[in-house]
Amino acid sequence: MSSGAVLTSQEYITHHLSNLKVGEGFWAVHLDSLGWSVFLGLVFLTIFRSVAKKATSGVPGKLQCAVEMVVGFVDDSVKSTFHGKNALIAPLSLTIFVWILLMNSMDWVPVDLLPHLIHWVTGMPLGDIYMKPVPTADPNITFGLALGVFILIIYYSIKVKGVGGFMKELTTQPFGHWSLYPVNFILETVTMLARPLSLALRLFGNLYAGELIFLLIATIGVFQLPVHFLWAAFHLLVIPLQAFIFMMLTIVYLSLAHEDH
Amino acid sequence: MDINMTLVGQLIAFVVFVIFCMKYVWPPIIGAIEERQATIADGLAASDRAAKDLELAQEKATAQLKEAKVQAASIVDAAKKHEAKIVEETAGKAQAEKERILATGHAEIETERNRAREELRKEVAILAVAGAEKILERSIDGAAHSDILDKLVAEL
Repeated sequence: MSSGAVLTSQEYITHHLSNLKVGEGFWAVHLDSLGWSVFLGLVFLTIFRSVAKKATSGVPGKLQCAVEMVVGFVDDSVKSTFHGKNALIAPLSLTIFVWILLMNSMDWVPVDLLPHLIHWVTGMPLGDIYMKPVPTADPNITFGLALGVFILIIYYSIKVKGVGGFMKELTTQPFGHWSLYPVNFILETVTMLARPLSLALRLFGNLYAGELIFLLIATIGVFQLPVHFLWAAFHLLVIPLQAFIFMMLTIVYLSLAHEDH
Repeated sequence: MDINMTLVGQLIAFVVFVIFCMKYVWPPIIGAIEERQATIADGLAASDRAAKDLELAQEKATAQLKEAKVQAASIVDAAKKHEAKIVEETAGKAQAEKERILATGHAEIETERNRAREELRKEVAILAVAGAEKILERSIDGAAHSDILDKLVAEL
């Protein structure tokens, strides 16, 4: 409990799940989610770019080894699933995997650490400090990523199959008879929309739930330490797994978009 | 869930990051990895080749060694034969030389003996004449009686 006895558990959790927001309604921006997201993206690109600049095919340094392990892992995943030629898929998968991994990792930061740091540095009262540091526990972030993937799915579907081919794919299956084409279209549209929705909601749901449990654990007093440790250890599985699933499904969806029936 | 401009901001960041990654991050790293993989593959292939070469060289060396042994044995054989031949030849020559020397010796001895005998015979003739002169106590005309003397000499 951070803000003293005046807060009930519900108020404490609600407070911690509120974003640092500027603007109103649709035009609002979550500064904490977007800020951490961009910061972590820049961390990823800075590290990888510094390795890329000095990349040698000779004996690699330790950082290059680590980066090459990640790149090799992503490259293997892409090559095992996507068989076409596309210069975008692999770097896209790398960005998704590492970026989401870093964003998910913010789940390990103790829930009260950042608000207290801000309180300590700026002197703002804790009740006014809103800081939700896990970007992937914000649906805006996960839907932003999923929307990007969705646009790519549509783009490559049309690019590879043409508008006609894409429409044909949406209408002529699973039922072959012309009278059922509208039904097909509805089914296929739902399938198509389910892809980005499931991508975004799966990631968001896992991380939001994880964050919520961390907050619940933070309200139980002194026993929170071992419980917190257990839950954090469990996230050793959840965090990379969710990043991997998002990347893998992106590759699968794009690979489906490239398949011409 | 309130969906707002954060989503658009995230989408823009996503696009920018992916483009940056595609242009400046992925190609150099994957290039270095693939280049190294090629180098390692080449190195492994080269070591395989070298091992094969070594095996071949060893086989060749063994074969050459065997051949050399056979050759050496045949050379020794030939040398032994040659030696035996030389010994035989030399022995033959020595025998011939010995016989030749013996023959010469015999011939010389024979000549010497004949000569000595001739001299002896002449001396005996002279002694016989001298004895006859003494017996007859008169001088015998050597010229008148030379035919008798010659006959005597021939009889000796």
